[in-house]
Amino acid sequence: MTTFQDPVVPDKPPRVPLWNNPAVRAWVYQIVVMGLVIALAIYLVNNTLTNLSERSIRTGFDFLDREAGFRMGESIIPIEPSDSFGRALFAGFLNTLKVSLLSIVLCTVLGVLIGIARLSHNWLVQKIATFYVETLRNIPILLQLFFWYAVITGTFPNSQEAWKPLPGVFISKSGVLHAVPVADPAHVWIGLALLMGIVATVVYGRWVRRQQRDTGRRPPMLWPALGFLLGLPLLVFFAYGAPLAWDLPVMGRFRFTGGQEITPEFLALWLGLSFYTAAFVAEVVRGGIQAVDWGQSEAAGALGLRRGLVLRLVVLPQALRVIIPPTTNQYLNLTKNSSLAVAVGYPELTSVTDTTLNQTGQAVECITIMMAIYLAISLSISAGMNVYNRIVQIPDKR
Amino acid sequence: MTVLADPTPTAAPRDRIGVVEWLRTRLFSSVGNTILTLATILLLWFALPPIANWFVFDAVWWAAPPEVCRAAQGACWAMIHEKHRLIIFGRYPYAEHWRPLIAMLVLIGLIGASTHRPFWRRELFAAWGAGLLVMAVLMWGGIFGLTFVETTLWGGLPLTLILTTVGIAVAFPWGVLLALGRQSQMPIIRTLSIVYIELIRGVPLISLLFMASFMFPLFMPSGVQISSLLRAQVAIILFAGAYLAEVVRGGLQAVPRGQVEAARSLGLGYWPTMWKIVLPQAIRMVIPGIVNSFISTFKDTSLVAIVSLTDLMLAARQAVGDPEWRAFGIEGYVFIGLIYLIFCYLMSRYSQRLEVQLNTGRKR
Repeated sequence: MTTFQDPVVPDKPPRVPLWNNPAVRAWVYQIVVMGLVIALAIYLVNNTLTNLSERSIRTGFDFLDREAGFRMGESIIPIEPSDSFGRALFAGFLNTLKVSLLSIVLCTVLGVLIGIARLSHNWLVQKIATFYVETLRNIPILLQLFFWYAVITGTFPNSQEAWKPLPGVFISKSGVLHAVPVADPAHVWIGLALLMGIVATVVYGRWVRRQQRDTGRRPPMLWPALGFLLGLPLLVFFAYGAPLAWDLPVMGRFRFTGGQEITPEFLALWLGLSFYTAAFVAEVVRGGIQAVDWGQSEAAGALGLRRGLVLRLVVLPQALRVIIPPTTNQYLNLTKNSSLAVAVGYPELTSVTDTTLNQTGQAVECITIMMAIYLAISLSISAGMNVYNRIVQIPDKR
Repeated sequence: MTVLADPTPTAAPRDRIGVVEWLRTRLFSSVGNTILTLATILLLWFALPPIANWFVFDAVWWAAPPEVCRAAQGACWAMIHEKHRLIIFGRYPYAEHWRPLIAMLVLIGLIGASTHRPFWRRELFAAWGAGLLVMAVLMWGGIFGLTFVETTLWGGLPLTLILTTVGIAVAFPWGVLLALGRQSQMPIIRTLSIVYIELIRGVPLISLLFMASFMFPLFMPSGVQISSLLRAQVAIILFAGAYLAEVVRGGLQAVPRGQVEAARSLGLGYWPTMWKIVLPQAIRMVIPGIVNSFISTFKDTSLVAIVSLTDLMLAARQAVGDPEWRAFGIEGYVFIGLIYLIFCYLMSRYSQRLEVQLNTGRKR
């Protein structure tokens, strides 16, 4: 009979050499990589400092307080050539925000319309939308900016023969001039009335929804809402005796005076960015709507909802969750693409940085400031959109 | 009891097939649709004739001096006829234009061959290596009796294609490394990768190109000169790497965990696991995304025009900068716009077809 021997159990685990221990290896790798990165950084900084002193280029950020000496084409805040570089860069930053925000609004409107048109049952509309998307997104944005700028400055009429599509609006080679209302103290009160109207509409809307839930009947919504939104401000407007004077652009001997000017540079940038990004937003919208299961629409239809209500109450809320993250990405891209304004000469952050860099020669500082600002804009947009995304996400979705 | 008669087959009603039915269902299915169709037709009725006239009927199609163009109402394609060599080849010496032309054809041939899935084998890498070598010899010259041409003279479409292809080819391994770093268990490597990717993705390409043209010379030890082409190429690689890393990360996340666990339990180390098990599956899944990155990079290379590299974009700008032809900038932009459009459209169609074939887009 065979007896089994007790297996020999070693009293301690076998010694693993230090260089085979995964944890130790991981740290060695990381320290080596970190060391290489630091060495590279030191090497580059060292070279840079040597080069800067050899070429006797100044360092530090004190140039921000020095007089800029260049004229900016347009700005939201008042700015003179005698103002500092710092203020010029700030004005450029505001221009970046201005053109980005206005382009985001236009590209969203266009993108949603074109995205829906691409899903249209109407053959003609669908083909035109497809043509738009395939053309616009396959041509570099820089080329489109040059193109629009060339169209505006090359084919639009001189300011003497400007087009007048609406009273008080003049379109010419030198941009668009439009009338603006002359400021009046009453306007503040009208604005407040509008704000009150919006609040009242929201409150009333909640009450309507509660009524519908409790009684099954829906009180009228459209007319009271219009009353709040239009009636209140109009009431205040007439109570003040309708103070509305227009600052009209008037053709002088050589050029227009008065009114508000939209420069060709801004126009080219705004239209170019909006048209280009709209093609991408349209694809996102189309994808989002298609991602909603067809059964959802059928079920809603079977419950007796009309087509518009199906879209508004069933399809869009679900599509929105798919649409928002990639749309944020497009907004970020648009903001970064606004840096191409340097090519058409609209004075936003990049082109002001370019000018500052050429005047001061302090490339490192200028590019660092510019990158830091773009990074801050990018991070804040994505942070804001993440918060919004969390709100609209289905709570129990895994 | 009712006896059902034998159904005699009849042809479909005449208005249910053919053109009438096509029009009815696609254009006039409802009142709203009819109004939409009519409004669209009205819009096209006003918009199309002027565009067609400008483009085709009133245009100057053949070689003609600028005076003829100024007299004409439409587009001046004579300008393209006059300047096409400058637009396509930039400032490359005129007599040697056949060299970038062949280089470009080799490159396009390689790209075309790479789209054929039967060619996706190791030999393709060898073909790329050989092709790039031939291109380098043709573009630079200096041997086989070819005159030497500096990179500062390279330009036009060949330059755009080279910047794109070399950019993606180098950025791809870099992006794979970054994606692996971002997924790594090691905190320092993960942090470094995330910081790099987010930093690059947070700034516009033009700021990197500014950095390349103004700061790279300062980074180098004094006396070392690098050409502006190489600097721009490095900026494009650094930029595309961060975006490719995110594309590849999507693929890495889609590989089931079980694959890694199975490989590790078979005793494979980290690199064999990644190289033999994970990356082949991950990259296969994201090929459409990589093609899309290629398209973006192709469009983005136009930005090197801002830092004075004579790519297709700047070559066209220089062509329309000629005082004689200055009035015909739009024609120049339309011409290179068509070139960009054809390349990007073909590639994007390819990417869409591939997505269906690999069935990655539909999978949830």
